[in-house]
Amino acid sequence: MTLLEARRIEKTFGRTHALRGVSVAIESGEVVAITGPSGSGKSTLLHCLSGIMCPEAGEVHYDGRRIDTLDEAARTRLRRDAFGIVFQFGRLVPELTAVENVALPLLFNGDGREKSATVARDWLERMDALDVADARPGELSGGQLQRVAMARALVTGPKVVFADEPTGALDSLAGEKVLGLLLEAARVNGSTVVLVTHDNQVAAHADREIVVRDGAAAGVVA
Amino acid sequence: MSIGHVLLGLLTERPKHGYELKREHDDRFPGVKPIAYGQVYATLQRLERDGKVAVSGTAKEGGPERVVYEITSVGTDEVRRWLAEIEPPAPYVSSALSTRVVLALIVGGTADGYLLRQRAAHLERMRELTARKNTAGISAGELLATDYALHHLDADLRWLETARQRIGELTKEIRP
Repeated sequence: MTLLEARRIEKTFGRTHALRGVSVAIESGEVVAITGPSGSGKSTLLHCLSGIMCPEAGEVHYDGRRIDTLDEAARTRLRRDAFGIVFQFGRLVPELTAVENVALPLLFNGDGREKSATVARDWLERMDALDVADARPGELSGGQLQRVAMARALVTGPKVVFADEPTGALDSLAGEKVLGLLLEAARVNGSTVVLVTHDNQVAAHADREIVVRDGAAAGVVA
Repeated sequence: MSIGHVLLGLLTERPKHGYELKREHDDRFPGVKPIAYGQVYATLQRLERDGKVAVSGTAKEGGPERVVYEITSVGTDEVRRWLAEIEPPAPYVSSALSTRVVLALIVGGTADGYLLRQRAAHLERMRELTARKNTAGISAGELLATDYALHHLDADLRWLETARQRIGELTKEIRP
C-alpha cells in the first residue's frame, strides 16, 4: 500500500529550480534511500514529503490524504503525530538534557512529565544512550548526539521516520552502528523509513533507492 | 600475494599439518578463494626444500596420519621481512567500467542508461553484502572481508557519479 507519494512536485529557491516535477511513491514499511549528488534536490524532496515545506506545484499525499495544501498548524500536527525526523547534526535543544530532549515530543502531545521521562529513558536505552541521559548536547560526541536525536524521532512511535544524512557527521563504524539501531527500532515499530544520503554504504541498508539528479528522479532503481 | 608467505604466517602460531593449514586459510581469509589441497602440499614441499619449514612429526586425529610442519628461523625471518613490505598500490585499477562508458558514447552517443544500470547492479550487490554483515554470528574475519568488498564497490559507485559529471567533456572529445 502506498503510504507517501509526491506527484510531479516543483520547488524553486530564487532562481534555483530545486525540484522539477518529481514523482515518487513509498510503500508502507519500506526503507527507501533518496540519493544524489550535492545540490540535486534530495533534501528538498524530503522536506516536501515530510510537510516541512510545500511545493509550488504538484501534490503530496500521506495515508490517502493530500498534505501540501494543509496550513502550517495542521502540518505541524501531522509531523508531531505521524512523523519522526532526524537531521545530520541532531538539532537537539542545547539547554535541555538528553532525556528532556527525547521527552519533548511527548510533552507537546500532552503526556505527563513523569510518564514522558520514563518513556524517553526507555528509548535512550534502546538507542544504547542511557548512559548520557542527563548530559546536555554540548557534552556529547557526534555518535551520542545522533542516538539521542533518533530516540527523539522514534519516541512517539511515528508511522514514517525521515532521516536527512543521519550518519553524515560520523565515521563509518560509528555511522553503521547508529544506522543499525535506527533501522532495527523502525522495524520493530513497523515504521516506514525515508533516508536522504549521499553515502552509498548507507543507501545499501535500504530496500530501494530513488536517485535524484538536477531536481528530478533520474531512475527509480529497485 | 604469495601463498608461501600466507602459510609461513599461519605456521608462526605453532606446527600444523597441511589439512589444518587449508582449513585455517579458508576460515581466516573468507574473502579469498579457497586454497586447493594440492596447492598447500606443493607449497609446503617447496618451503621445506628452501629450509623455511621442516617436518616436526606426524599427527593422527581419527583420520589418516598427517605430516606436521614447523617454521624454521629462516622461514620466520622471511615472513617478517615480507610483512615489513607493502602491497604496491595498483597504478590502474580495472577499467572495464571506464571502457563501457567510452564505448557507450561511441556507439550510442549516451552513457546515462549504462551508468544507472551499473549503479543499480553495484548497489544490489552492496545490499546483499550489507545483509550478510547483519547475519547473526558472523565472524570478525568475515566482517573485515565484507567491509573490504563494500568499500571497493562504494569507490566504483563514486567513480560512476564522477563519470556522469564528466560525460559532457567526454562527449565533446569523442563526438566533436
